[in-house]
Amino acid sequence: MKISFKRYLGFIIILGLNIMLLMINRKIGLRSITISGSNIFEMAKILPPIFVLLGLMDVWVPKETMERFMGEKSGLLGILIAFFFGSFAAGPLYAAFPIAIILMKKGAKFFNILIFIGAWSTAKVPMFLFETASMGWRFSVTRLMMSIFGVITIGYVIELFTSKKEKENLYNKASLM
Amino acid sequence: MYNYALYLLTGIVLVVSFKRDKKKTKMALKKAWKSFENILPQFLTILAFLGMVLALLSPEVISHLIGQKAGWQGIIIASIIGSITLIPGFIAFPVAAILLKNGAGFAQVAVFVSTLMMVGVVTLPLEIKCFGKKISTMRNTFAYLFSFIVALVIGVVLG
Repeated sequence: MKISFKRYLGFIIILGLNIMLLMINRKIGLRSITISGSNIFEMAKILPPIFVLLGLMDVWVPKETMERFMGEKSGLLGILIAFFFGSFAAGPLYAAFPIAIILMKKGAKFFNILIFIGAWSTAKVPMFLFETASMGWRFSVTRLMMSIFGVITIGYVIELFTSKKEKENLYNKASLM
Repeated sequence: MYNYALYLLTGIVLVVSFKRDKKKTKMALKKAWKSFENILPQFLTILAFLGMVLALLSPEVISHLIGQKAGWQGIIIASIIGSITLIPGFIAFPVAAILLKNGAGFAQVAVFVSTLMMVGVVTLPLEIKCFGKKISTMRNTFAYLFSFIVALVIGVVLG
């Protein structure tokens, strides 16, 4: 398994900057390292099961099954599945991008993928109680209602501006990954 | 808690899969590693960069920027800080709660939380890898504009 050094250049540059920061201001530099470290640790805990599940999904779930539940003819059920699938997941939005690629590979409808991404980003069910605890229920309920409206609207508008050809290109690219 | 459940579920599925087909399971694990290593460099870069940004912009600094001078100026500053990168809710909300305590307004905090979770300039390369330039730009732009609508409504409801 070869890991190319070049791809990690960005990370190495940031590490270098961090060391510079440490020399300029010890307190902020240390805080930066602590926060980065704990973020990486948090992610390292969440990511392995997500990727293993993704790999298993890729080999076991037949394209036909995914097409039936989230494909072109899945209708309202497909939208609901996409929304709940996205909103029950934890983790930052960029953890959802690899999942979106698998969904494309398996023939999920583009609009449903947009709903999935939108729900993942902002309508988080595991986070809802947490949000209520830290921000109050009037804040969290208002935001949730707005999110549902926003996720659907944004998905619809992006779908409107994306041509059939562009979608095809995207799906072809995903199938190669 | 959530994490344990996820590991347990993955473990069970993995065992079932292995019992049914060793070869397929091996292939799945290979695919898992491949897609993980595919995004690992950007992941590490983003998280390290994020740590630096959060270290420089402590809650005190942020609440100084968007707390005292509320109103539109505060909302716009909050939206710009929030857009730097994508942050999961379990980090965003405690920060938001601290901001509220330090005197930031509800509308400013709402726009901050929304842009934190939905708009990410630093994470854009990762998103482009998946959705292409056009769709990624559109999604972030619309999410940015949408955050202002959320702020407006929350400002009205809680203001």
